[in-house]
Amino acid sequence: MKHKLGWFLGAGLLVALILAGVVSNFASASPDGLDATARDGCTFGADDEITGGTCMLQQEKDHQMADSPLADYGIKGIDNPYLSTGLAGAAGVLIVFGVGGGAFWLLRRRSAADA
Amino acid sequence: METTTAMHIANGIVDGPVSAVFAVLAAAALAFCVKKARADLDDRLAPMAGLVAAFIFAVQMLNFQVLPGVSGHLLGGTLAVVLVGPWVGALCVSTVLIIQCLLFADGGLTALGLNITNMALLGTAAGYLLVAGLLRIMPKTPGGLGATALIASVVSVTVASQGFVLQYALGGTTDLPLPAVAGTMAGVHVLIGIGEGLIAATTVATVARVRPDLVYAMRRFRKPATAEIGVPA
Repeated sequence: MKHKLGWFLGAGLLVALILAGVVSNFASASPDGLDATARDGCTFGADDEITGGTCMLQQEKDHQMADSPLADYGIKGIDNPYLSTGLAGAAGVLIVFGVGGGAFWLLRRRSAADA
Repeated sequence: METTTAMHIANGIVDGPVSAVFAVLAAAALAFCVKKARADLDDRLAPMAGLVAAFIFAVQMLNFQVLPGVSGHLLGGTLAVVLVGPWVGALCVSTVLIIQCLLFADGGLTALGLNITNMALLGTAAGYLLVAGLLRIMPKTPGGLGATALIASVVSVTVASQGFVLQYALGGTTDLPLPAVAGTMAGVHVLIGIGEGLIAATTVATVARVRPDLVYAMRRFRKPATAEIGVPA
């Protein structure tokens, strides 16, 4: 190993934590491309309820994991929306890194020495 | 402040049988990716892949405005294939989608196979084919790599959006004219692809500048063999 990976990983994780933990609070709240397409054809009232028309959203079913403590990118029980989103995002980054990195580590090709 | 949190296909938009077929397809494809990924994954690529997945998760939270009332976010396929290759890249995006579904209630559990097929398989495959093709003619510099990622992202995101159109055509639960759905999805996702492309280009160009050895897509353009033999730098 000629170059150390540690510094790069640390810096990369820090950037990801800042993006998910802080910058995420300034993301657009508009429906994304898919969601906007799913709403296409319906009219919506003041509380975002469907008032008429035909659109995909009418057939949407609840999520099986809607009761998850991290559901909808917030932490259940934290009322401050910035804190809730930020902490959920940071937790997500660490969980994805831990679970993903761990799985990739187990899958990796071992060097001849420990094969 | 109302935040939109649904970013992927929700339950009920595409019917059960079609969702199940795509779940089986996605599982088979991921098993194949795992098999191929093992050849690529070593002590350096494994933690790098974990970081790429974590980074994609973070950036997927950053919805940017593409039209009045419409936003978009990065899908990550192109970024992943440039940094960690096609097989590991598909697994990175899948990891993100699975965790988003199970922990963050984003993207229906029933729809997980649909979402994986579109974003982790179709999106990464299109991104990789373009990256591999474009890098034959593009300058092998951080800027050239960034431009490659930008172009590949636009195509990759648009292809992924049409994966949904196919799934909707096969099992849509509402009766909407397909050409309109296809047109709306394509139009808005070209714009999202440009946004994704700018993010992906910045990211891969930065990595290529600070740690060119960590860019999978540049491996075959590096000076032959010397790296393997271990000549002191």
